Amino acid sequence: MSDAGVRAWSSSPEELRSRLHAFIADRSGVAPQRVRVKALQPMAGGASRELWSLDVEIDPPDAVAQRLELVLRRDPPGRSDDSDRTLEFRLLKAAADAGVRVPRVHWCSADAAVLGSPFFLMDRVAGETIPRRLLRDPEYAVARAAMTAQLGEILARVHRIDPDHPDLEDLASASSGVESGRGSVERIAEGIRTLQAEPHPVLDLAERWLLARAPEPKQRVVVHGDYRVGNVIFDATGVRAILDWEISHLGDPVEDLGWLCVRAWRFGNDALPVGGVGTREELIRAYQEAGGEPVDREALRFWEACGNFKLALVFIQQARVFLDGVPSVELASLGRRIAETEDELLNFMEEGT
Amino acid sequence: MNDHPTSVALLRAVERFLQKDVVPNLSGPRRYHARVAANLVAVVAREIETEERHLRGEWERLGSLLEADGEAPREREVLRDRVRDLSQTLAERIRDGDADAEPWRGRVLAHLRQTGSDKLDVARPPRES
Repeated sequence: MSDAGVRAWSSSPEELRSRLHAFIADRSGVAPQRVRVKALQPMAGGASRELWSLDVEIDPPDAVAQRLELVLRRDPPGRSDDSDRTLEFRLLKAAADAGVRVPRVHWCSADAAVLGSPFFLMDRVAGETIPRRLLRDPEYAVARAAMTAQLGEILARVHRIDPDHPDLEDLASASSGVESGRGSVERIAEGIRTLQAEPHPVLDLAERWLLARAPEPKQRVVVHGDYRVGNVIFDATGVRAILDWEISHLGDPVEDLGWLCVRAWRFGNDALPVGGVGTREELIRAYQEAGGEPVDREALRFWEACGNFKLALVFIQQARVFLDGVPSVELASLGRRIAETEDELLNFMEEGT
Repeated sequence: MNDHPTSVALLRAVERFLQKDVVPNLSGPRRYHARVAANLVAVVAREIETEERHLRGEWERLGSLLEADGEAPREREVLRDRVRDLSQTLAERIRDGDADAEPWRGRVLAHLRQTGSDKLDVARPPRES
């Protein structure tokens, strides 16, 4: 899956460039004439955020000149939102401190007066993000083989981010909050009921199956929340950076492991459940060897099934956006992908109990 | 009656044009979206070919599960609405816990399997590796 593409913005790129110029000069404490902002252009990226690439040169009178290749991540102007860019910025910092490979962050502002909506600036990490390339292209053979162990090792670091870090004190009160297995199922089911026009008996049956199996979390950690190959920047050697921390929350660490195994991320390569590149046992071994707590296989099974349940909601939501008038061929197509998540939920329900 | 080619043959021609002539000449998000568009055209062609048979099968199975009597509506629009209503009833029964135990659970699962398999035959999620 890619994304719905770059959304409309309210200000012109030239106005955005000049506002960024003033902001960066102010934050880096140099005179505006000593800062250049160049090559500002929209990037294809998150469906819910705008992404822009830009190059910045800062030439202080008393220090060495700096050249930065950056990405601007901002909320669509004028849209009040359910996730917080400044929290995502602080999470990226905390992740870097915990040794997670993430883009280095520079500046952040929640003040809508600056660029029209909250935003932050981070390094532009070179590499590829399209899972199809990872799965198919010969140049990524080494990355393919290394990816599962790397993702397990990095995830163990993610789960060591201090949930009580003073910079993250609003994490538990963020919209996604502290999430138990039961809470997740209830929230997803509520979302489906609110949105769906068509009956989905498979999802009603899955809700009951999941509620009967929701594990009590053994730990309360920072959960990335959208940990999958599509949110990884990779090169020929494997993972370069983990992106998209916007739905991170406190919860059960197994949630991230289960989401990584959801069928849609395999692009048909079902023999390798971890994103079409590795096995669950390979992932668990790397995760535990890097210090992750021992993974309960039943909890993993629950969270993987719950991930497919959640993806059904995501597809229903995205199809709804199309039905409500956003003329995107990609959004239109996603309604017909609900069938795949239902098929996988039936696999879970028929397998054993 | 419309002249040939049939609607399905026309859609196949559009799909082939998108896949062979359009997709290879685009790049980035537009290439991706063109491929999605080609897939959707193929979905519609498969739906036209199979919908009548799939709906009749689903109507039969739901009728048997829910012990609903009556003859299948002849018009496809009416049949589609009726299947939807029966499916809604099934969903409510599931929410009430009626499918938590055998033997009904097994019959419900078998029905949902067949319906899901029909939907997947039409949707055929993109395989990209």
